[in-house]
Amino acid sequence: MATGLHIDKIGMIYQLPGGGEVEALKDVSFHLDKGEILTILGPSGCGKTTLLNIVAGFLVPTSGTASFYSEQISGPSTSRQVLEPLITGPSPERGMVFQQGALFEWMSVAENIGFGPGMKGVPKNEINTIVEQYLETVGLQGFGNKAVYELSGGMQQRVALARCLANEPELILMDEPLGALDALTREKMQGLILKIWNETGKTIALITHSVEEALFLGQRVFVMAPRPGRIEKEYRLPYAQRGVNESLRDIKMTDEFSQTREEILSMIWEMEEEIMGRQE
Amino acid sequence: MNNSPLHLVLAKLGIITVGEVARKTVTFGDPEASKGGLIWGIVSVLLIFSIWSLAVANEWASAIFLPPPSEVVSQFWKIATDGFRGSSLWEHLGISLYRLLVGFILGCLIGIPIGFGMALSKVVRGFFDPIVEFMRPIPPLALIPLSIIWMGIGNGSKIFLLFLAALWIMVLAARAGVEGIRLSKIHAAYTLGASKKQVLLRVILPNALPEIFTGMRVAMGVCWGTLVAAELVGADAGIGFMITVAGKFLETGLVFVGIILIGIIGAAIDVSMRKAEALMIPWKGKV
Ligand SMILES: Nc1ncnc2c1ncn2[C@@H]1O[C@H](COP(=O)(O)OP(=O)(O)O)[C@@H](O)[C@H]1O
Ligand SMILES: [Mg+2]
Repeated sequence: MATGLHIDKIGMIYQLPGGGEVEALKDVSFHLDKGEILTILGPSGCGKTTLLNIVAGFLVPTSGTASFYSEQISGPSTSRQVLEPLITGPSPERGMVFQQGALFEWMSVAENIGFGPGMKGVPKNEINTIVEQYLETVGLQGFGNKAVYELSGGMQQRVALARCLANEPELILMDEPLGALDALTREKMQGLILKIWNETGKTIALITHSVEEALFLGQRVFVMAPRPGRIEKEYRLPYAQRGVNESLRDIKMTDEFSQTREEILSMIWEMEEEIMGRQE
Repeated sequence: MNNSPLHLVLAKLGIITVGEVARKTVTFGDPEASKGGLIWGIVSVLLIFSIWSLAVANEWASAIFLPPPSEVVSQFWKIATDGFRGSSLWEHLGISLYRLLVGFILGCLIGIPIGFGMALSKVVRGFFDPIVEFMRPIPPLALIPLSIIWMGIGNGSKIFLLFLAALWIMVLAARAGVEGIRLSKIHAAYTLGASKKQVLLRVILPNALPEIFTGMRVAMGVCWGTLVAAELVGADAGIGFMITVAGKFLETGLVFVGIILIGIIGAAIDVSMRKAEALMIPWKGKV
């Protein structure tokens, strides 16, 4: 099996407390190669968060399997451990950046970023080096001693990103990480995510509500549809690659970009209309 | 513009403003607008003392009902130096504070783990739910007679009572603190490689601290009130005991001293706990 994330015929059925059930995912399959960046779009309730939580290991699907094939089958030869690819729970190799409010307010920015290494028992001075390195990566040099609640929303998401990176995950999952930010900050953060993807070669899966964001950031874009939650359409796009060197604004101006954007927008629009119709 | 010490004091009192001040046109209904009236606090205290002195001077009430302020002060000096019924004032206060602290701390030490257990385990939650639901609505005062029957009028019965008074408050506060966590914080900690123990100590516990502190302040207030009441009903020493005995002998000045001390100590406890809270939990309310 090639390295990367392998999703095989996943289905997820939630039992509702009052009886009845929701088919949040049905027969979802895909393979995400190591180093690829994927964005996931779709109207709310189509199972995006459910899918990501299964990959993170917070939920077990009711059918199908999620596996993550990582390269490292290493470790000292004496205790040669073979990493089990099947995802059964959260693991440091699969990091997550949440929308907001997942930072630890009782810790400084530096302590938040150093949390993962600290859990592994990395010595203090090494943690300090790691923290400095990732503060720089996300452009927050000198903010280490600040309290997280003193930072703006955009800066807090930078810290969340740095905290995730400092733990050196192979796969980075993000559930609407920029959803609560203003347009300008959002654009800067999109650039930052592309830069990190390009420089570290991490595998990334990101959920977003913004079609533009999905096109900018996704080498691959999944458009999901609800009831049952499924992948309706997949795109392979050049913009993430180009965005590493070109400005996002220039890319936005091109005809092909706006064509794809309109196509996806009307697709999602129709889905939303249908949902509304069914509710009435 | 003037920045002399006098101006600063007057500004502090809320009589004048110093420097440029942004003026709001809508003040009625804006909570900010009612801040900064320290001067009126001074006025109210002075007013109470004037009315009190006036009442005594004009003999509106006999000294048995209302002793003059000077009598209260001299009574205070007397018991502060000579003591009362064989023990000094400080011993009575000391014994009350001892009972308060021991009962309160025991309540915290046992209540907080139970609250954590209830929020983290189905078994513990199921086991303690009926007990907590039953005990919580019982006012601690209703347990005073039982505590005296079981344990007499000494320290033991008071500590037991305060332990119970603090216990349920702390159980509920700790439980609410744990349950109030955002699940994404827990998820984040696990993906960062934390073990269950690390999640408990580094995430769940600090996250629950603000609620725990609020619970401690409430519990302290309830304990102090319960203690004084318990000492009034039956005790061999303590500040509540002191004012009951003084009341029986119509030593009204002494009763006043006791009441004022109880009020001051209660307020001092609350203020110091608020200070400790601001120091230990700077993130409270800023999340
Ligand atoms: N714990 C749950 N219990 C019951 N239904 C759920 C639960 N979590 C999600 N759902 C339902 O599953 C569907 C997909 O939810 P979600 O994955 O959060 O969608 P999205 O992130 O795309 O908005 C929705 O209809 C939602 O109401
Ligand atoms: Mg979602």
